[in-house]
Amino acid sequence: MTRHRGRGIASVNYPIGMNLGGDPSQALVHSNPSGKFTVALSSIDLGQGMKSVTRQICAETLGVPVEDVYVDTADSDTGPHCMGSFASRGTHRVGNAVMAAAREARGVMMEAAAEELEVSAADLETDGRGNIHVKGAPHRSISTKDVAIAAQFKQGKTISGRGIFLVPLSNVDPETGEMSPATCYAHACLVAEVEVDDETGEVTMIRMDSAYELGRALNPRLVEQQLVGGAWMGVSHALYETPEPYYPDPVHGPRDFVEYIMPGPGDICPHDIAVLERPAPDGPFGAKGPGEMCANPVLPAVANAIFNAVGVRIDDLPITPEKVLRAIKAEGGARPQARR
Amino acid sequence: MAKTALQFRHNGSDVAIFVDGGTNLLVALRELIGDMTPKFGCGQGGCGTCSVLIDGELHLSCLTLAETVAGRSVETLDSLKQGPNLHPLQRAFAENFAAQCGYCTPGMLMAAKALLDRNPSPSRAEIVEAISGNICRCTGYEPIINAILAASGGRVSA
Repeated sequence: MTRHRGRGIASVNYPIGMNLGGDPSQALVHSNPSGKFTVALSSIDLGQGMKSVTRQICAETLGVPVEDVYVDTADSDTGPHCMGSFASRGTHRVGNAVMAAAREARGVMMEAAAEELEVSAADLETDGRGNIHVKGAPHRSISTKDVAIAAQFKQGKTISGRGIFLVPLSNVDPETGEMSPATCYAHACLVAEVEVDDETGEVTMIRMDSAYELGRALNPRLVEQQLVGGAWMGVSHALYETPEPYYPDPVHGPRDFVEYIMPGPGDICPHDIAVLERPAPDGPFGAKGPGEMCANPVLPAVANAIFNAVGVRIDDLPITPEKVLRAIKAEGGARPQARR
Repeated sequence: MAKTALQFRHNGSDVAIFVDGGTNLLVALRELIGDMTPKFGCGQGGCGTCSVLIDGELHLSCLTLAETVAGRSVETLDSLKQGPNLHPLQRAFAENFAAQCGYCTPGMLMAAKALLDRNPSPSRAEIVEAISGNICRCTGYEPIINAILAASGGRVSA
């Protein structure tokens, strides 16, 4: 028995969002009498950080502290329409909608503040700490809370804003096949190193090194979390997970977490990640979004690494020990390729 | 079906409930006591999110007959509550981004607590071993291992 090391590489060019009948998202922003702001969305935060990122985008656009913004994703029945949390579209599509809504709300807020301070709205600026003051004269100031109260109880104004971001449907040109399915692309490259046991067919992850270009990372820790965790979803697809039975009858298919195999804490390996920030022209503050791309390059990189280790090309996922062993047998033994 | 009277300590308080024969501890905790912190994942011991401590030892509440905890002490994630303050393990999980969807987190925290209670400065390998009965879909485990290392005062890998 020998354990063979191999290294594989894969790169992805990843479109943000989708192109099925157009890809819109909406957002509504309004101020409460307390001077805090609520963002209403129908997009769902599954833990990927949609609430944190849209909160940051709203606060930055309004010019108020991030703790003054609450994001409500409670109900797609009553909230503004959103296509949903998928296709890595959250930060880009929803973020842009929030930005538009916050910009409109900011306009009303500045008008209301101008009326209170008896100046022109064009002469006002926010300090990002909850105050609005005359440019160059910070003592001529009013808090956003007092503006919200004045707007509601004195001026009869709603400090609110509507936002929509739409990437229209791109039709295929019947002559050339040309189309623009996405307005913005993220990129990644991942190198996987594996060890393949030629007696058991087992594949062990040794290390991963990757580089991701995903526009501006609006929340670097959330981006890192997504990339670290997502890579293991990729490994899981590459080596373990399948709803298909290994043998002909479906009753042999996996029914639970014991049979539907995923990596455990003992299966993980070091993963070194470099994040390259190249702001996207049409992204909110330049963001694209790491989303699903975090899992994608792992699968081909692992398949390539297995080829490099034992010389078998397996194009059927997941690459189970059985498939590796059968392929090695068909080749008459492991054939390690030149080390890359 | 006849019900059995069952008394045990739940997070430091005495509780008394009536259970049907065959009721598992997870159902008793969630539906009869109203403690929703242990989660139902698979109901057959495959995922670990229902983990609780019984007399300080880690158990899968979905595979534990409720009647077997009579007179014993059961601690759930709710026992980590310290008023407005986070338990050191909870703080370490937050600071190390050790949760995404959060469904595995109650079990991970209880597995970590069981480990640190008997071994305050575990090695990385001991932490991996301690949480090996718990599945996480989102994080890739690395941030969870780092959080437990941080809570134990250990050195966190970059």
